[in-house]
Amino acid sequence: MNPFAFTRADSIATALSTMQRSPNARFIAGGTNILDLMKDDVERPPLLVDINALGLRTIEQRPGGIYIGALARMSDIAAHPLVRSAFPVIAVALEESASPQLRNMASIGGNVMQRTRCPYFRDTATPCNKRQPGSGCGAIAGVNRMQAVLGTSDHCIATHASDVAVAFTALDAVLHIAHPGGTREVPIGEFYSEPGRTPQIENALGRGELIVGIMVPMLNFGAQSTYLKARDRAQYEFALASAAVALDRHGGMVRGARIALGGVGTRPWRSRAAEAALVGAPATRESYQRAAEVAVRGARGYGQNDFKIPLAKRVVVRALEMVSA
Amino acid sequence: MSDEQSDRLSRRTFIVAAGVSAMTVPLGSAAAAQAPELSVSGPQANSVTLTINGAAHRMTIEPRVTLLDAIRDHAGLTGTKKGCDQGTCGACTVMVNGRRIDSCLTLAVMHQEDAITTIEGIANGEKLHPVQAAFIEYDGFQCGFCTPGQIVSAVAMLAEGHALDDQTVRTQMSGNICRCGCYPHIVEAILAAGKPA
Repeated sequence: MNPFAFTRADSIATALSTMQRSPNARFIAGGTNILDLMKDDVERPPLLVDINALGLRTIEQRPGGIYIGALARMSDIAAHPLVRSAFPVIAVALEESASPQLRNMASIGGNVMQRTRCPYFRDTATPCNKRQPGSGCGAIAGVNRMQAVLGTSDHCIATHASDVAVAFTALDAVLHIAHPGGTREVPIGEFYSEPGRTPQIENALGRGELIVGIMVPMLNFGAQSTYLKARDRAQYEFALASAAVALDRHGGMVRGARIALGGVGTRPWRSRAAEAALVGAPATRESYQRAAEVAVRGARGYGQNDFKIPLAKRVVVRALEMVSA
Repeated sequence: MSDEQSDRLSRRTFIVAAGVSAMTVPLGSAAAAQAPELSVSGPQANSVTLTINGAAHRMTIEPRVTLLDAIRDHAGLTGTKKGCDQGTCGACTVMVNGRRIDSCLTLAVMHQEDAITTIEGIANGEKLHPVQAAFIEYDGFQCGFCTPGQIVSAVAMLAEGHALDDQTVRTQMSGNICRCGCYPHIVEAILAAGKPA
């Protein structure tokens, strides 16, 4: 790692003011993503601001939903009884992510801010428009088996890596973001951006802002939810295709549905059209297959990753069947 | 780190201090509350004290030194291994306040108030921990490089209270890779060690 200075924030105010003074600084919580990128020379911050003394670890029922502090660790959230009962999709998405050691380290704020695993982004010897705007994309005509098929552009096809962000996206979670003037709330559906011509811009978080918590609004069928992740090995691997689903069935018909895809999009990929296709339809495999077709509408393969399109459809169908069982 | 700095630091020596030293960055003080400017340490080396297996280890290190490198090169406890150095192999697993983590993806300077347990702190004096004894009895290793991480991870896993069956152990030990492929014996050893006496 390149040399850097280190400080520890004792309040949100000092964390933010330090960022104002040193705009190239980075926050560090669990460290599992930022230190990895610093070792690879992808990130070279002159200063790290340790935010672990800020607390922000609460997981609690609040009016309207469950609030998760940004510094709560993945393992704590996955094990929390409130989360497990109200939103199994969050607990499963977390348990299917990373390893037990990393889940003990990684904060939820850091998880939703994690960078892509695209090998070109992580190799400074190769071109990457996200890492170095204007340098080109090595992945489009290169090794692209793990890359995205939804939300891509001619400038970037990097997959968003988070599992739990897919669950949060299905659940309409709201990010609470501190800035020097106070706190603002951003629905996760408006937080992530597609690469377009500016793949270096990944989300709505401004420099000097800090995610302090995530509110997951109550959903009356949140308990009928799950996360299904297809990958190259049984554990400790990123998704080839995944689905976060929740299903409300009544009298053999679908009354409500949530469907979001992971491993296939440049951002967590909600499909409201697939949800609309399900609502009012019989809760059958045929309906799920029709919804899955809608969910991947507009998908484009780049050769090695063509298989992700049929795989994603099967994952959606299987996940819906799992919550129907 | 420059060569000059490197020469000044003796990588294999350490001083066992009696108490917990002052932190390199004074924090949470009344002064900090009044003036939002925080004290910054580094990039040069500063005094850092880590509590490893109950003993205080004082060292002079830069902020960029990982907990893994501090344990091995500055505290001289080389049982903890560096495999991938990027959080994918688990050879560097230690416990921080009883929770297993990968020590390669965290900074030593962030752990001055924590209780760190390495493989050297698992046994009770000369008496092996049941997990250590089970790894020997069930031949849970071949080359041995991943073994310290496997054992520390398994001790923490058993304390987490998971169901003790083959599939659960494999899932919960998925953060520890064994390239000799000794998984069947590792799983047997952990199941045996976890059985109520």
